Amino acid sequence: MKHVVKILSLVLAVSAIWITLLQAAIIPQSHTWLLPIYFVVSLGCYGLLMVGVGIMQFPTCPREAVLLNHDIAEAKDFLSTNGIDIGTY
Amino acid sequence: MAEEKEKNKYSIIIPTYNERLNIALIVYLIFKHLRDVDFEIIVVDDGSPDGTQEIVKQLQDLYGEDRILLRARAKKLGLGTAYIHGLKHATGDFVVIMDADLSHHPKYLPSFIKKQLETNASIVTGTRYVKGGGVHGWNLMRKLTSRGANVLAHTLLWPGVSDLTGSFRLYKKSVLEDVICSCVSKGYVFQMEMIVRATRKGYHIEEVPITFVDRVFGTSKLGGSEIVEYLKGLVYLLLTT
Repeated sequence: MKHVVKILSLVLAVSAIWITLLQAAIIPQSHTWLLPIYFVVSLGCYGLLMVGVGIMQFPTCPREAVLLNHDIAEAKDFLSTNGIDIGTY
Repeated sequence: MAEEKEKNKYSIIIPTYNERLNIALIVYLIFKHLRDVDFEIIVVDDGSPDGTQEIVKQLQDLYGEDRILLRARAKKLGLGTAYIHGLKHATGDFVVIMDADLSHHPKYLPSFIKKQLETNASIVTGTRYVKGGGVHGWNLMRKLTSRGANVLAHTLLWPGVSDLTGSFRLYKKSVLEDVICSCVSKGYVFQMEMIVRATRKGYHIEEVPITFVDRVFGTSKLGGSEIVEYLKGLVYLLLTT
């Protein structure tokens, strides 16, 4: 099943529940009408929250850059002693 | 486990374009970190004008032509086809693909191999976004776009892996052959398409933490057009996978 079908059926299922709620009038209709707006807003909030948390906890590795420079120096040494023409960079 | 290790052969495919210095460095580091492993390095060079192929030939003299294979192409033909080209010449049971610019450090290769042996996974993918992984050299804007893209892709595609656009991966050769021929995207989206299609096909995918050191400071690779391409790729994957 294509993924878009999966998502659309999910949307359809949620809409069906919403329409049932509208019909059954378990909660006041004025509230039920606003539910899709709440849904969209909370989806947006979820997205922003995830991006925010992702940036705050963004894993960085400054030590790796230093280690890499050591490795590069070591490799250059080895290569030039073995006659590989790596030039003057 | 030791027996298993001797049986398996790994083909490391590295596409290059003007990586004269980096290819020499990375070859040295691969040989340094993979001591008791049977492997070959396949360099797919897209006709670099800077003499990358000359350096590779010198490296062949040093390490042996059976360990380093130069499979050049006449001109720049793109990343996806570079992997297909390299794959045709691969003789290993497993294929590793990695970038030549040293943002992928060969010191992680043993952990990819170990993870594969432990779990018998079809694909082991390097991830920057778990404990032990990380990125160096990105400014806030780059981090923001990266996180935003990731959240969007996870919400829409449910890919099951944490790092979609990373390109440091180990594949069973047959699995790579199967997945790669159904992939048509380019650039960042290509890496995402590979892993999403593999997930949909039900392959067993495992992750290992890697660090990513971006040495090309200042030149942000993610401009407006890349973001548009990325969004187009997301929609394409939504509709076709």
